[in-house]
Amino acid sequence: MINWLSQIASVTKFGLLSIPQRRGSVGAALFGIAGVVAVLVGVLSIAAGFRRAMAASGSPDAALVLRSGADSEMVSGFGRATTRIIADAPGVARGPDGPLASAELFVIINLPKISTGSDVNVPLRGVERPALKVRDSMRIEEGRMFEWGKDEVVVGIGAAREFSGLRVGDKIKVGRYEWPVVGIFSAGGGASESEIWTDAAVLQPAYKRGDSFQSVYVKLKSAESFREFHDALSADPRLSASAMRQTDYYADQSTAVTKLVTTLGYLIALLMAVGAVFGALNTMYSSVSARTREIATLRALGFGSGAVVASVMLESVALAIVGGAVGAGLSYIAFNGLHTATMNWQSFSQVTFALAVTPQLLVQGVVLATLIGAVGGLLPAIRAARQPIAAALREL
Amino acid sequence: MSDAGAANGALVDVRDVEKVFHRGSEEIHVLRGVNLQVPSGEFLALMGPSGSGKSTLLNLIGGLDHPTRGTVSIAGERVDQLSDRRLAAWRARHVGFVFQLYNLIPVLTAERNVELPLLLTHLSKAERRKHVETALEAVGLQHRAQHYPRQLSGGEQQRVGIARGIVTDPTLLLCDEPTGDLDRKAGDEILGLLSALSREHGKTIIMVTHDPHASARAARTVYLNKGELTREPKD
Repeated sequence: MINWLSQIASVTKFGLLSIPQRRGSVGAALFGIAGVVAVLVGVLSIAAGFRRAMAASGSPDAALVLRSGADSEMVSGFGRATTRIIADAPGVARGPDGPLASAELFVIINLPKISTGSDVNVPLRGVERPALKVRDSMRIEEGRMFEWGKDEVVVGIGAAREFSGLRVGDKIKVGRYEWPVVGIFSAGGGASESEIWTDAAVLQPAYKRGDSFQSVYVKLKSAESFREFHDALSADPRLSASAMRQTDYYADQSTAVTKLVTTLGYLIALLMAVGAVFGALNTMYSSVSARTREIATLRALGFGSGAVVASVMLESVALAIVGGAVGAGLSYIAFNGLHTATMNWQSFSQVTFALAVTPQLLVQGVVLATLIGAVGGLLPAIRAARQPIAAALREL
Repeated sequence: MSDAGAANGALVDVRDVEKVFHRGSEEIHVLRGVNLQVPSGEFLALMGPSGSGKSTLLNLIGGLDHPTRGTVSIAGERVDQLSDRRLAAWRARHVGFVFQLYNLIPVLTAERNVELPLLLTHLSKAERRKHVETALEAVGLQHRAQHYPRQLSGGEQQRVGIARGIVTDPTLLLCDEPTGDLDRKAGDEILGLLSALSREHGKTIIMVTHDPHASARAARTVYLNKGELTREPKD
């Protein structure tokens, strides 16, 4: 066994040492594999970033209440009386000024995207005072908070970055009115950073919503209080409402986009990987071909066919891993933390987020490269081991 | 024919060997009923024109190929019956090869090239180094141990090839046109070296050549013509 391993090590070493003589084809294969991995990791970083933004949007001790049957705020609706019953339900945390529950309004306005100039749907949320305690990650980064009862808005940091006219001092068109932007806020990287916030009480008349809301965000006494809260709402005959944890809601909201992007990512990577396999095949065939006499000589001296197969495979996989690592590294440099925005199909509005090249994605990229190397090396390895020694010894 | 120098217990015993290659539907009989016995310690030259089957016979004796019919025994072992895997192990133990084009690994120094067959043994690194030194000394190239093949002349490369061939102290040294790519002077040096190995160290050497000058250095010469072995060259 040790003898066999040392045979593999020796033959692999000779192959690797001869790479400088084959740098053209080796470079092309590395470039191809690096490209595949960079694209795969890059595309999947969109899904990972989107998922991360949505996950950062909720905490386990917070819940969201929508009308029964509604799967997003867009299709939900409550009267004020209902929102009061929800706020007073058991399990809801209370502060000095009452329950930590914010009945909210969710509308969409059109704003041009800075990167493309085309109009997109940007969420405008009307909130109540407890909203800041329900979402305790909210911080004013620039300017100030809007004044309650005034026609003013604050803008999420992601929205300010991605959409036009959302700097402090700008004015946005809300219905027939123009409201000033007075502050920029962050929200721990969550989906709220894609939104514009104002006082629900001033948004209602602007959109002729009377005294209605679309959702109620509540802070629970603890994560364990959810069951109690949920059951109380279900059991109350006055309500037609369903409660869900914010974490579950946002996870659900991210499903469509992440599935689409992930599927697309794998599809593109698969197509490119087929090309890269041919690149690896070509490289390894040329390696085996350039070393025909050398390999035959080693086999004549007594090196086994198995060792030759293993060493060609090892060389191919080693090259592929280098290519994969380069691709993953480039992808990390190019995409990690890159800010962008995309449509969230559940809310029909834009969500801004940062692309996330996670360690798992980097590993995934290198695993893909390894597979490309293994598949690309297999046939040339078999060819190297099967060549008749006597004939191959005379190859020039 | 049956080789006249044959004796029972010969180191190399080739009997009724035929080798047929197929090119499409055509059968090419490269060796026809060849019998050859080589006693231990003999330096035998195998001559014949191109395409006469010399290298094919050498490959069968060296376990690089299987005969279509007949038997090949080396030191009493039927190598024609060994599987490819066992043949590889057998070659590593019993055969040293010297090739016309030297077949050195270009990315390795002379020393590392000579060490190659020893990687298939259980010798320690220190023991391998000692064997390599001895082999390089035997071919007079110990001062070129750290040179790469491209830094050596053709004659020197072939000496490295011979050192590699003898480093494991094999039963049999098989040389395929060892001087075929060398000028007369370098060729003479190589032939002198092979003669000395046979004479002074008792090596059994079979050398394929088409050069009468080379075969003259061997103790005995046999001829192959159109796949048949003769004691005298045919016109």
